[in-house]
Amino acid sequence: MLIRHARPSDPRPSELTSRALYMDRRRFIAASGASLAAAALPLPASAALDFETTSHGRGLEVSDREDATRYNNFYEFALDKDGPAEKSGDFKPLPWTVRVGGACHKPGVHDYEDLIRTHRLEERIYRFRCVEAWSMVVPWIGVPLADMIARFEPTGAAKYVAFRTLYDPEVMPMQRSGVLDWPYREGLRMDEALHPLTLMVVGMYGEELPNQNGAPLRLIVPWKYGFKSIKSIVSIDFVEDMPQTTWSMSNPREYGFYANVDPEVDHPRWSQARERRLGDGLFTAKRDTLYLNGYADEVAHLYAGMDRMKLF
Amino acid sequence: MTARALKIAVFLFALAPFGWLVWGLAEGSLGPNPAEASNRFLGDWALRFLLVALAVTPLRTLTGRAEVMRFRRMLGLFAFFYAAMHVTSYVVLDQFLDWAAVWADIVKRNFITVGMLAFLALVPLAVTSTQGMMKRLGGRRWKRLHRLVYPAAVLAVAHYYMMIKAGKAEALVYGAILAVLLAIRLVPARHFARARKALDPRGV
Repeated sequence: MLIRHARPSDPRPSELTSRALYMDRRRFIAASGASLAAAALPLPASAALDFETTSHGRGLEVSDREDATRYNNFYEFALDKDGPAEKSGDFKPLPWTVRVGGACHKPGVHDYEDLIRTHRLEERIYRFRCVEAWSMVVPWIGVPLADMIARFEPTGAAKYVAFRTLYDPEVMPMQRSGVLDWPYREGLRMDEALHPLTLMVVGMYGEELPNQNGAPLRLIVPWKYGFKSIKSIVSIDFVEDMPQTTWSMSNPREYGFYANVDPEVDHPRWSQARERRLGDGLFTAKRDTLYLNGYADEVAHLYAGMDRMKLF
Repeated sequence: MTARALKIAVFLFALAPFGWLVWGLAEGSLGPNPAEASNRFLGDWALRFLLVALAVTPLRTLTGRAEVMRFRRMLGLFAFFYAAMHVTSYVVLDQFLDWAAVWADIVKRNFITVGMLAFLALVPLAVTSTQGMMKRLGGRRWKRLHRLVYPAAVLAVAHYYMMIKAGKAEALVYGAILAVLLAIRLVPARHFARARKALDPRGV
């Protein structure tokens, strides 16, 4: 007899799409790709990836690829939502190297291929919630960050992991402005970084990441606001003290280090109680935001005893 | 072009952005978050028309051409129209008429508090914009009441500035334009008249 144990973050009935539609999703993706091509958009063709599917987020209604790749916050390229897709065409993500350093036994500089090759890529469908109160559901392709970290052998002094985005004002035009303190920085506590849900992502919708979504390598931490999921990563450092993070440096009153999705912790600019799901259209109300973006049963224990209102 | 035809042309131009928005909403061409696109678009145009309306009097002061004043009321009413549509878009499209959430936003979020105050300051100006109301109030009182447009404009620019997370250059441009438009009003008109006379080659 087959007993299926429900994963706590499995979709609620209100989030479900019909199985027929789900099973047919590749055709939809292909069709939307074809219509993109027909529209002659100046998007570079992405390479298909070889990956295994998983049960993560199975049944969640996946957002349209076009929405997820045309509505982006990537301040290195532009401040508006369609700007990153339009202005990242000159960015060449490959060849790419990542510098690994700090409290670990195996520091070094690694080629992108070398980082990825030893791992099996897997597809996971995760909810993605932006701090600006919009959300989407994306089939990401990547490897658990914990698996990648293991080969660097962090020492006992490693309490946090610090990440940095590429700094290249030649191809990232907004880095010539003082909009944020470049390069973009993010960080995780070691236990957050090693959590099995945390993913180092190289693709989405079956293909390599488009430039505007953080090619070639980005983080996805599904229970945190999107700005924690740093894009186009060039360095990984294991550190003892909590690293500085870009949005928190820019406005510490509004953005904390943890940035866990929490409908009860109000942000001065946006109510976090509800969210606009991209593609829902004009005639659907906002959806209720789930504590830790629906992943509470997996990750809430990481924050036991922490004051959510103070350590936001 | 006759004065009447010119007025109709300005009216149609002022209505064009709204037409574009309604078309986009109906067609579904405003991207994956149309409620937000609509809020932003209407707020931008409310602010632009407020500044354009506030530019009419300085334009007369600088050029000495009184006929530009014929457009002031219409442009001011368009500023109010876009502000009202901006608020409507927020309440209906964004909040789905959830009045509790709207109220919580007004009380808790400073940029919404400030924006709502700016809008409320414009309401009595729109209501008293007719010839009849002007007569009923009397010129002096009407003028005094309509000075409310200055704090309304300052609040509107502040609302925009406070709403932005990072990259506030555009809001600062609006603020600079408003500062110039208000500063011109502080200079007595006769100085401009004298300057015009000195510059006039015919030496009238």
